[in-house]
Amino acid sequence: MTKSASSAPAGGVPVLMKGNEALGEAAIRAGCRAFFGYPITPQSELPAYMARRMPEEDGVFLQAESELAAINMVYGAAGAGVRVMTSSSSPGISLKQEGISYIAGAELPAVIVNIMRGGPGLGSIMPGQSDYFQATKGGGHGDYRLVVYGPATVQELVDLTIRAFNVADRYRSPVMILGDGILGQMMEPVVFPTEKPAEVAKPWATTGRQGTRGRNVVNSLYLAAEELEAHNLRLQAKFAEMHSNEVIYESIIPEGAEVVCVAYGTTARVVKSAIAMARQEGIKVGLIRPISLWPFPDEAFVNLPDTVRSVLTVEMSAGQMVEDVRLALNGRLPVHFYGRMGGMWPIPRDVLAEIKKAAGREAGVAR
Amino acid sequence: MQEVLIAGFGGQGIMSLGQLLTYAGMAEGKQVSWMPSYGPEQRGGAANCSVVLADGEDIGSPIVSEPDAAIVMNAPSLDKFEPAVRQGGFLVVNSSLSGRPAGRSDITVLEIPATELAGEMGNARVAGMIALGALVELTGMVSLQSLVDSLPKVLKAQLVPLNVEALGRGQTLAREGAPARAR
Repeated sequence: MTKSASSAPAGGVPVLMKGNEALGEAAIRAGCRAFFGYPITPQSELPAYMARRMPEEDGVFLQAESELAAINMVYGAAGAGVRVMTSSSSPGISLKQEGISYIAGAELPAVIVNIMRGGPGLGSIMPGQSDYFQATKGGGHGDYRLVVYGPATVQELVDLTIRAFNVADRYRSPVMILGDGILGQMMEPVVFPTEKPAEVAKPWATTGRQGTRGRNVVNSLYLAAEELEAHNLRLQAKFAEMHSNEVIYESIIPEGAEVVCVAYGTTARVVKSAIAMARQEGIKVGLIRPISLWPFPDEAFVNLPDTVRSVLTVEMSAGQMVEDVRLALNGRLPVHFYGRMGGMWPIPRDVLAEIKKAAGREAGVAR
Repeated sequence: MQEVLIAGFGGQGIMSLGQLLTYAGMAEGKQVSWMPSYGPEQRGGAANCSVVLADGEDIGSPIVSEPDAAIVMNAPSLDKFEPAVRQGGFLVVNSSLSGRPAGRSDITVLEIPATELAGEMGNARVAGMIALGALVELTGMVSLQSLVDSLPKVLKAQLVPLNVEALGRGQTLAREGAPARAR
């Protein structure tokens, strides 16, 4: 194939891009050279971007016949040592769970993007965060974990996508980017790095022996129970290492904070707006924003100031991350929850009302 | 922080207007975000977008629920978003298609028969540009020059001159205080 003229945005300077497209460019700059997907709103701009850009980079874009096919193509490309990505939105990610379990079991690096929409079932095309359980607690069968990132801005989406490829290679493990429809659809200025990704040696990859080495085997099948348990113990040791090394979060706790909010992704931005409104009314409110959703930043909940009376978790779900917040706090503080569902999102004024409730102040102010 | 909402129907160039404002803010070194409504949209259906411009501080919610300034290009948008405008805010109404005058007295309202004026200029699709030219003149959120300079980022080159003219037309109308009730 003839390499066509590059339509890549410039690196090192701010360019205005949609989240979905910026994510695609970030993957390419991270060295992703294979993308397999199937269109679904609200992430379709991402495969469309890859369809245009991959041929320019001598990469492979393939629209598979289904999500199942796409995730198994990811398995194949990852096994051959290629940096590979797939993306979908909630129902499509459910279809990919079998393949994700296989990829985790076979210890292959890959990046999987879920730009969440309202569920359950076919749900709606509007934004959601109701796949948190699926992303952080397993999703597919078997004892495995994914590093899961919940970016809140288009720049962070880019930075975490690049990081995801590096982390996936470091641990030979799939990594998930968990965004939502708002982040995918919105435009913000973003700066792409100019440096090229480091070459990662993959001596385990099934690239053909060429008479120089023994056979490499990529597999998740261990028929002997003893062997499978040994394999699981090795995986668990790896997950423990990921758990201790890969925590990322943002924590802004002002002195005298009465309430600490917990939110991730787009919802955290809405909460930041509400916190600014609260500050104008003289209520001091902190924010813990998990960036790695697994491993969950338990350490952010240690040593909160004595002034904090309660914690308020806000999500676009019926309450999923709130369970991890309660585990992290282990009963030390009351945990309140406010969520919107089905493609609705919280607005700052409503979050402010919940903050006031959590602070034990009268709700309801004149508009 | 300036929170802006632009609303109308699919085909009026609502998304491009918002992007133009976003590019202009970016050119002026502001923090910017643009967020489209993205339901099951179609030409003729409701369309709106949120633009947030900020000096220094990070942008929180990219979806604007209480705009400081809004453009409404048709009747359903006027009904839906007039009540949302923050007290003391600005509202530019396309009176050609709004069906009724705006009723708020605690905000600055500018009613412009934008679709008719655009038709006189030879292309009804520049109606939104007239409204945007008026809004930035009213609010000063970005300079008209920044909008003009950013036009090539959202439009084909051959469309730029007419849109420059439309932005200028809106600016003039806002300066003249426009017919407060053009209908």
